Amino acid sequence: MLPLIGHVRAEATLAYRGGAAISAARFLADVAELGDRLGDSRHVLNACDDRYRFAVGLAACAATGRVSLLPPTHTRDLIRQLRASFPDAVCLTDQAACTIGLPHLHYPDTSARPVAKHFSVPKVPATQLLAYVFTSGSTGAPQPWRKRFGPLVTCVREESRRLGLEGTAAAIVATVPPQHMYGLESSVLMPLAAGHALCAERPFYPADIAAALDLVPRPRVLVSTPVHLRALLGSGVPLPEVDLMVSATAPLPQPLAVEIEERFATRLIDLYGSTETGQIATRRLSEGLEWQLWPGVRLGHRDGDTWADGGHIEQPTRLCDVIEVTGPESFRLQGRQADLVNIAGKRSSLAYLNHQLASIPGVHDGAFFHVEERRGSHTGVARVAACVVAPRLDAAALMELLRERIDPVFLPRPLVFVARLPRNSTGKLPQEALMALAAAHLKSSVA
Amino acid sequence: MSDNVSPLRQAPAPTGGAELTAEVAALIVAALNLDIAAAEIDADGPLYGEGLGLDSIDILEIALVVSKRYGVQLRADSQENKSIFASLRHLCGYIAAHRTK
Repeated sequence: MLPLIGHVRAEATLAYRGGAAISAARFLADVAELGDRLGDSRHVLNACDDRYRFAVGLAACAATGRVSLLPPTHTRDLIRQLRASFPDAVCLTDQAACTIGLPHLHYPDTSARPVAKHFSVPKVPATQLLAYVFTSGSTGAPQPWRKRFGPLVTCVREESRRLGLEGTAAAIVATVPPQHMYGLESSVLMPLAAGHALCAERPFYPADIAAALDLVPRPRVLVSTPVHLRALLGSGVPLPEVDLMVSATAPLPQPLAVEIEERFATRLIDLYGSTETGQIATRRLSEGLEWQLWPGVRLGHRDGDTWADGGHIEQPTRLCDVIEVTGPESFRLQGRQADLVNIAGKRSSLAYLNHQLASIPGVHDGAFFHVEERRGSHTGVARVAACVVAPRLDAAALMELLRERIDPVFLPRPLVFVARLPRNSTGKLPQEALMALAAAHLKSSVA
Repeated sequence: MSDNVSPLRQAPAPTGGAELTAEVAALIVAALNLDIAAAEIDADGPLYGEGLGLDSIDILEIALVVSKRYGVQLRADSQENKSIFASLRHLCGYIAAHRTK
């Protein structure tokens, strides 16, 4: 059995909202109140935008033996599939206009519940299933991954040590949503398990990030992504002192990492992980390119792929990156696999996107491909494009049908209508041929 | 990220003039590499989501371009922000009211 939270005193700060501290005892009262109102369902899709409410929802499920469902996206198609797999699922939401197609449970006002006289932290079995997180399989069905409480706590306690936060009570400001694995671990579970304070807000624009940091006491930590950090740097917005910045979802270019550390007089730690494994390695780019693995985590090569297991990883997992193992606890990234698509931390594969495109009635053939990052981009985000053979569909209708099936970040830019795809004699589709075809079509449509 | 940039439609706001509207439309098309002409952007259609099909990464990109060109730092927690990206007209109205260059 493990304690639900790592805070050992009733008055310890567990969260901030608008700069106001929320105590561990208040959190436990909110968790108890929400737990009483969760109804009969054993599966709760936690869609709360407010990170504190999300944490209360997650903890209330954990304390009552319920499982949180954390899909990466809420397209109609994916919700339909979730309903089929978890017929009793409800959606916990704090948005009046939530459009997720499940029975809604609106986040209730829990403030009337008095704080308990004696501070007693609920215990959760280490083997208890805390959440299902999902990746997109290449055939279209979302693949669930079981996340048990014990391994998650082991992982984020190590994260707190790795980040140099052990023995402190840090305030964690995050630009990432709590529903994705990185945000779940670094912005919710780490503060809960290691006695830090999470911040309810999710700042978006650079000026919002500065304001959110300014509202909380030091030590301050900013949990973010290359997209937001690049925007922060480009904006010229001054920040208050930040003791640590954390980046994940895509590797940072080393010069950018060094520039960020210098400009903001901070330490910047890059995290490596995946939905399947959780975070498994860190590096500080100003010190070197090599990643240091979590204790007990091992990497091995098999059939041309790299597999991770051991430590907090629940089952051997194939990694989507090309990896050079440099020591028993270290590795270097050599690039991503050609099929992998990672746009601002949302992951998919060309195979999955192609499958979705081909499944649309009226589409005869179609293929997605990578496009290079646009020069002068402030966010550094590269998109995907697609060529499609669909003589009876128009672009707007096809985009609308795609929108139902895939996350908007993967919508093709551009979507090019062609007479046929440049498949070679074996039916394969070289990426270069696709790019050339799209470029030729775009030129002729402008001319 | 989506919650910060609600595609609310509201009453038409002041645009800051046709010249500014055309300039901002051109900035958006160039910044996002859209394959439409600037003049094709519907001044009253939503920029976010189903209208022009922009997502939160695009909105961040536009925010950076706008801050560099006009000296306006957008904020998600201001009430006004809810309507800034409701349309090109709203965005231009906000820029006209807050520009420092």
